[in-house]
Amino acid sequence: MKIGVFVCHCGSNIGGTVDAARVAEASREFPDVVFTSDTMYACSEPGQDGIIQAIKDNQLDGVVVSSCTPRMHEPTFRRTVERAGLNRFMFEMANIREHVSWIGKDKEANTNKAIELTGIAVEKLRRDQPLFAKQFDINKRVLVIGGGVAGIQAALDCADGDREVVLVERESTIGGKMAKLDKTFPTVDCSSCILGPKMVDVAQHPKIQLYAMAEVEEIGGYVGNYEVKIRRKAPYVNWDLCTGCGLCMEKCPSKKSTDRFNEQVGSTTAINIPFPQAIPKKAVIDPKFCIKLTKGKCGICAKICPTKAIVFDQREEIISESVGAIVAATGYDLFDISKYGEYGGGRLPDVITGLQYERLLSASGPTGGHVKRPSDGKEPKTIVFVQCVGSRDKSVDRPYCSGFCCMYTAKQAILTKDHIPDSSSYVFYMDIRSPGKMYDEFTRRAMEEYGTQYVRGRVSMIYPQGDKLMVRGADTLMGTQVEVEADLVVLAAGAEAAVGAPQLAEKLRISYDKYGFFMESHPKLRPVETNTAGVYLAGSCQGPKDIPASVAQGSAAAAKVLALFAKDKLENDPMISLVDMKRCVGCGKCVRVCPFGAIKEIDVRGEPKAEVIETVCQGCGLCTATCPQGAIQLSHFTDNQILAEVNALCQL
Amino acid sequence: MPALAGKELRIVGFLCNWCSYGGADTAGVGRFSQPTDLRIIRVPCSGRINPLFVAKTLLSGADGVLVSGCHPRDCHYAEGNFYARRRLEVFKRFLPTMGIDPDRFEYTWVSASEGQRWQKVVTTFTEQIHKLGPAPRFGFAHEQNPATAAAC
Amino acid sequence: MSTYAYYPGCSGLGTSQEYESSTRAVCRALGVKLVDIPDWSCCGSTPAHTVDHLLSSALAARNLALAEDLDAAAVITPCPSCLTNLKVAVHRMSDREFRMQVNKLLDKPVDRSTPVKSVLQVLAEDVGPETVAEMLPHKPLAGLKVAPYYGCIMNRPPEVMQFDDHENPMAMDNLMAALGAEVLPFPLKVECCGASYGVARKDIVAKLSGKLLQAAEDLGAHAVVTACPLCQMNLDLRQGQASSAAGHKFQLPVFYYTQLIGLALGVPQSELGLSKLCVNPRLALDAMHAVQAEKREQEAKKEAAKQIHKAKAA
Repeated sequence: MKIGVFVCHCGSNIGGTVDAARVAEASREFPDVVFTSDTMYACSEPGQDGIIQAIKDNQLDGVVVSSCTPRMHEPTFRRTVERAGLNRFMFEMANIREHVSWIGKDKEANTNKAIELTGIAVEKLRRDQPLFAKQFDINKRVLVIGGGVAGIQAALDCADGDREVVLVERESTIGGKMAKLDKTFPTVDCSSCILGPKMVDVAQHPKIQLYAMAEVEEIGGYVGNYEVKIRRKAPYVNWDLCTGCGLCMEKCPSKKSTDRFNEQVGSTTAINIPFPQAIPKKAVIDPKFCIKLTKGKCGICAKICPTKAIVFDQREEIISESVGAIVAATGYDLFDISKYGEYGGGRLPDVITGLQYERLLSASGPTGGHVKRPSDGKEPKTIVFVQCVGSRDKSVDRPYCSGFCCMYTAKQAILTKDHIPDSSSYVFYMDIRSPGKMYDEFTRRAMEEYGTQYVRGRVSMIYPQGDKLMVRGADTLMGTQVEVEADLVVLAAGAEAAVGAPQLAEKLRISYDKYGFFMESHPKLRPVETNTAGVYLAGSCQGPKDIPASVAQGSAAAAKVLALFAKDKLENDPMISLVDMKRCVGCGKCVRVCPFGAIKEIDVRGEPKAEVIETVCQGCGLCTATCPQGAIQLSHFTDNQILAEVNALCQL
Repeated sequence: MPALAGKELRIVGFLCNWCSYGGADTAGVGRFSQPTDLRIIRVPCSGRINPLFVAKTLLSGADGVLVSGCHPRDCHYAEGNFYARRRLEVFKRFLPTMGIDPDRFEYTWVSASEGQRWQKVVTTFTEQIHKLGPAPRFGFAHEQNPATAAAC
Repeated sequence: MSTYAYYPGCSGLGTSQEYESSTRAVCRALGVKLVDIPDWSCCGSTPAHTVDHLLSSALAARNLALAEDLDAAAVITPCPSCLTNLKVAVHRMSDREFRMQVNKLLDKPVDRSTPVKSVLQVLAEDVGPETVAEMLPHKPLAGLKVAPYYGCIMNRPPEVMQFDDHENPMAMDNLMAALGAEVLPFPLKVECCGASYGVARKDIVAKLSGKLLQAAEDLGAHAVVTACPLCQMNLDLRQGQASSAAGHKFQLPVFYYTQLIGLALGVPQSELGLSKLCVNPRLALDAMHAVQAEKREQEAKKEAAKQIHKAKAA
């Protein structure tokens, strides 16, 4: 075998703390290595051309590139060697940047480490075999999980691309957080007026199948062929019959139900349509509050319903769907403000969240758009906004910035002045973060045109005094303590991962960070892909985002789905397990351990043997570590290859 | 290859591609400096790791072995790290029987976002191995017989 | 009920004798068995902990080591300042190296970790307000409006103190309610009273304590209830100073919570030490009695009306 080794300087990224030339020189000593060179940027066009030329000039059978992480450029260099006529699996990478040059400054130790890492790559390459992909069919339907604005956008774009879409929404209506907002920044557009038409499009689009009040229960399969089980909760109303007339809501005697849509500002009836523009506009019974379902008596709604749609004994159901790609758009939830005991959120009725304030401002909200404080229904004259409640605060384990609170607080201050002209607003802030088109201008307007008092500092305590709330904080620009006597305090609660996000990530087999936000494949270059092929991200499930960013990502995810579906066949990753029939004793352990059902038992001349279904195998290698005979081997990561790497490092 | 004399000990890491290898990359991107002893072998999943790899590595003269995978429940292959956890825990308890100090082997979970955690894991484990010193060689260390070396 | 190793603290022997004697009396009445830590010494409070953490912890640890022989369920103390020092010492000694350094300074090293609690925590958690309420079915303090004030360190820092809600503690509220008292939602429960600034900067104490008194008065409190010798001193002894700073005469008796529990349980006056309070406690107790008398009168009237109604009907 003839191997070529190419050591990359990566400018000074590697060259600064690793002697790349010496690594190249030392690599000549490794077995089968016939050619080495060091190059400034291996991934650049001249760098790749150099590799191709060297392969041709020296009749190389395999190539090692010592440069950055394979998670970055392995696909790049595989294509390079393929262009030179080699099988793309006759290639290995040694990671001498992320794992060497960037984490230590000792040039001697780094160079030695880089040589050794190159050495184990050579040993692995010596045992590589050419591998060839298999083609398999693709199901061109897409599942979108979450019907907020990001999910709506992704669903509409996919459907407009002529693909069938299954949209699953946990609540009884789509619209998500955006549907709860009164206005949007920085245009002060009416939120439901710009979202409403999109929601109607979803309902009317022939390519979109909407399941509201449903959650993803189970996901099996792989890119192109996912099998999804959806749990549809019981609304206790036959939605095929319900016309959304709302008569039942008028007559329902149980009026103390939790009003989830209005963020629990006030209460609602046990049978309920969350808001007038709801999609689907269907009634739902909350079984915790329905008198018929809790006590067995009542049933007024059933008597009054003109279409006889009420079904008290309705059960939840499981629906199976087959799709080829999945877009996760599960959004975010608000930080629990009661964790700041000193602010009294949850204890003091007039300390509310920003989203609750949106409902108070909204004409479709519980107060009909008149700002009334929850405790006594009085119109507040002095309103204090506190920013970063659950953002940028390590003490509550939320060190990240939620991004959109500065803007929505400015918007709410402006709206407050519009609603109550003789009111005064104060904003306690840490920094104002307004890096968007027209954003900073908007916050300046809040201050200059609308006279909002911005106080730079944190609030230390909120306590009741008479029927007022005393807000005590620091003014760090003046270097003093300030106290404001407020009628209403609005806390800009930060965004956190949606309830259940980690559990969904586990079902999708994608990663999530320590806060529960889903991990993209690459923070810069693959922002909507995940590490699981065929699963894409849209909106705040990946990290807090405002509406434009969520919509953009929804469209981006749809573009990825449509690109995937542009092919009629997909190619599998050929790094899969293969069975050596001579060694297999048919014990069936691999069949039981495989998480994908990719191994089946077959009969070979009366003896049971294992066989890998090549397009189903995902290449984890669990079977290889399980097989007592070493009969099933994961291509490209065989026992012999890993042990060769160990030997290269540990020869005595 | 011998460890850098006087400076380093031979520490081998087996890392799953999706979480811990990515976590080590994240640590690199964040320039979180680490001791230079560790040599990382990439595997697709911690479930791919046969405990015998670790045994072989230690018996071949490594001073420490570190295995790291995705956090349990967050496996790219759904359940590979559950198998790894069971196998490696049993294996760790079995090490004294083989005459190997169990502190020379650790397994841990680091996600792709946890660059800082990876720095801490590497630093702590390297310190732990340096505290233990070089591993005792198994008999044939003096012989330096190339045939024996090739056989193990 | 288990036995507790009791650490009285230096204030109990000086400025807060009434807290000390009422605490002992209440514990006796509620069946909480106290055994004094023999030869107890300074807890390592302010003078020590402001200059040397090791010395401060060693002083505290000496007492903890002595308590080990008593085989008690916990070391308990009425004083929040002592409590803080004892707990912080235990917290710091969870670090092995620090523990070794401390033990090096001690004749008798600490080798167990006996939990440290406040007397308030024992009464609130181990005895419980329900038990107290059961013992007092006639609600002897009915009509007394109290503002419970916990002070700044009883519950903070929460990771060390591990007792009650650090922003809105309820332990004393619940105990007072068990006595029948009307507990006001005092918003400044955990605010600073000025603490030891009473020595160096009287103006600060006058201002901060004045704020507390004003808030209690605004709520219509008959009295403030405290659990800390220093808080009690600032609010009670310095009430005159606070009044002149505020330009408004406060007249709010400031009780230790143990005095009120003792009063309800019928502990003798000699042990309650009500006479040691500066602001006359009569002001509050008279107001309470007036409320009670009025209530009795109303009930009598109602009863009489009922009788007349019955008689008429007959």
